[in-house]
Amino acid sequence: MKMCDVVIIGGGVIGTAVARELSRYKISISLLEKEEELAFGVSKSNSGIIHPGTKNPPGSLKGRLCVEGNKLTRQLAKELYIDFKMVGELVVAFNKEDVARLLGIMADGIRLGVPGLKMVDKKWLKKNEPNLSDKAVAALYAPTAGIISPYRWVYDFAENAAKNGVEIRTDTAVKNIIPLKPGFKIETSNEPVLARFIVNAAGLYADEISKMAGVSSFKITPRKGEEFLLDKKREHITNHLLFPLPSKTSKGILVTRTADGNPMIGPTSEEVDDKDDLETTASGLEKTLAGARMLVPSISENDIIAYFAGLRPVAGDDFIIRHEDKSPGLVNVAGIQSPGLTAAPAIAIMVAGILKANGLALKKKQIFHKHRKKDVHIFSLPREKVKRIIASDAAYGDIVCRCETVSAGEVRDAIARGAKTMDGIKFRTRAQAGRCHGSFCTTRLIKILAEAAKKSALEVTKRGRGSELVKRDRIKSE
Amino acid sequence: MAAAIAAAECGAKDILLIERDQHLGGLLNQCIHTGFGLDYFKEILTGPEYADRFIKKIKSMSEIEISMQSFVVGLTKNKTLTYLKPGGMREIRAKALIMATGCREKTREMVHIPGTRPAGIFSAGLAQKLINIEGLLPGKEVVIIGSGDIGLIMARRFTFEGAKVKAIIEIQGKSRGLVRNVVQCVEDFDIPMYFSHKVAKIHGRDRVERVSVVKVDGDMDEIPGSGFNIDCDTVLVSVGLIPENELIEMAGVAIDGKTNSPVSKEVNKTSVPGIFVCGNSFKVYDYVDSVSADSEKAGKMAAEYLLTV
Repeated sequence: MKMCDVVIIGGGVIGTAVARELSRYKISISLLEKEEELAFGVSKSNSGIIHPGTKNPPGSLKGRLCVEGNKLTRQLAKELYIDFKMVGELVVAFNKEDVARLLGIMADGIRLGVPGLKMVDKKWLKKNEPNLSDKAVAALYAPTAGIISPYRWVYDFAENAAKNGVEIRTDTAVKNIIPLKPGFKIETSNEPVLARFIVNAAGLYADEISKMAGVSSFKITPRKGEEFLLDKKREHITNHLLFPLPSKTSKGILVTRTADGNPMIGPTSEEVDDKDDLETTASGLEKTLAGARMLVPSISENDIIAYFAGLRPVAGDDFIIRHEDKSPGLVNVAGIQSPGLTAAPAIAIMVAGILKANGLALKKKQIFHKHRKKDVHIFSLPREKVKRIIASDAAYGDIVCRCETVSAGEVRDAIARGAKTMDGIKFRTRAQAGRCHGSFCTTRLIKILAEAAKKSALEVTKRGRGSELVKRDRIKSE
Repeated sequence: MAAAIAAAECGAKDILLIERDQHLGGLLNQCIHTGFGLDYFKEILTGPEYADRFIKKIKSMSEIEISMQSFVVGLTKNKTLTYLKPGGMREIRAKALIMATGCREKTREMVHIPGTRPAGIFSAGLAQKLINIEGLLPGKEVVIIGSGDIGLIMARRFTFEGAKVKAIIEIQGKSRGLVRNVVQCVEDFDIPMYFSHKVAKIHGRDRVERVSVVKVDGDMDEIPGSGFNIDCDTVLVSVGLIPENELIEMAGVAIDGKTNSPVSKEVNKTSVPGIFVCGNSFKVYDYVDSVSADSEKAGKMAAEYLLTV
């Protein structure tokens, strides 16, 4: 049985950021993910916002880790070559009371160390955000807010962690945890593994994992958010991320944009019972449109080209990040809802500190590979570069996805980097993510994926077992 | 192909046909049913047979050069095209340009059908391609949303393949498809068609499990208490087609935001002189025969335009 110093449970942004951080040290690390691919839980369905650190109470973990995480993300984006766009955000006020609240938020932000905060007036807004509602009177401007692709961020962390020796096992669900004092035996859907320490980053299921390890001190309540994407043709509808004033439970309906340029409106915020409830609803659309139009009145229902629902793993008001003395060796990282994506790199450093404080020796490796191999995205490259790349590798000139200009070469690279499913290809390359939603490229992708994995088309799935795309192969069955 | 052939026959000398696929003929290749060519060739042909007539002809014409697997990534107002093909990127300046880019299917997302996003939701055209070109059957218990022609034809195709088409759900009071398709593809096989009904939700975590259907009134509002569920593993979406004109939009051609067609007083012309649009990319036609006739007009127009520049 394999013995690891640290087993990380959960391959979302927290699990992979922790894996990457810990991979600096001379310890053995294994990451377990129940889904077929990483980032298939909470991390795939969220706004992708790197928050500046305002709107969290000073003194909270969220407050401190968000500001630190923002700074670290900006630095890490350069190390790991991810496209991070620091577009800035505006929290918009519509009346005098709003302005008073904004000043309070600004004061809190300054206390937390959020850089560059300033109030902007109506004149500034007219000039810099022309599609914003005429009713807006002022806004709090935070220049360090930005956007990132949340799933590509996970893949980058994981790939770099693996390069530095972390073992990553997908399709491996934790079934039971037996405390051995010291350490744990973790029984999984595959082989069991022994761990000195467990980092529980299981997202929506963190309460269940913690309970298996003997600690039932918190419960995860899923809170659903529905998001709606607009056509890229509307890319320039806003220049900044637009926020209303936050409510007690959420940051409200925002007008933002994805890392790939589609404007996005949402999310709704609704507590649900079911950790699998990823349904979008007619009322969610209605609420979102109404909320978005408060900020940008010209947003039309006809602009919508895609939508999804995600679940926030809520465990009280703040993050839970602690060593559980009741179950020595267990570190819970739970309730990581917004601003968890931003805070992830700071959480990772905090977790390393907790492990060290509880007896794990952290000695730096002589060689740590801090960079990742850059990937090719034809559509975002200048023409001259595209020309050179195609001349050296013909597959980059073989366009598979017409809406997003994705080549067979990029699909091949995505599979080499770990994509095993159609969604995995979509998240990495954007093939199937455009206007036609895969109508034109699905058949070609099925063939490429099947060939690369030496599988039949019948085994190709959208996102893992149970989501096979086709039911029968006429040619092979006859 | 029809536009290129017509342009050549009207005197254009140096014609380049750019095709992104590995085969000529476009969507006709997956339309293996009959019913094509009655008007144009006075014969009943399948889609591939219809295309083949043009392929044979175009290959015999020395004025026309064909570039396959060529994907246009850039187009400017002065008709400079940039295209990629395996192994290279090319740039070419055209004196006249005819766009024959066809149309694409509207998606589930465009008509805002709520619910989950499992495997098993396909546009009717994608299902057609999977079955007819790849030999892959995408589902066994099918509900079809919308009564567009491709959806109706696929109702029959799935039935032939041994799948059960459980219902066609059309929000309007009557079929959007051709009468002959309603009769030959649906009624002849006793497939239930629900008019003035809509799919209110798609269910299923990994794979489609069922749809919720509800009756609507004249204002398209749901009638309370009229809902019911249909178990299925597949949802086909056949809710209409839109011209594909993103490329000429890049070149500054005026496009109608609602229909995605070029803004123009005259068929086949656009707001940019020398850029012509034909067939389904100008407006969506019911018959391929009309597409061919319309495209020939565009070819002729382009050849005439060349005499003026």
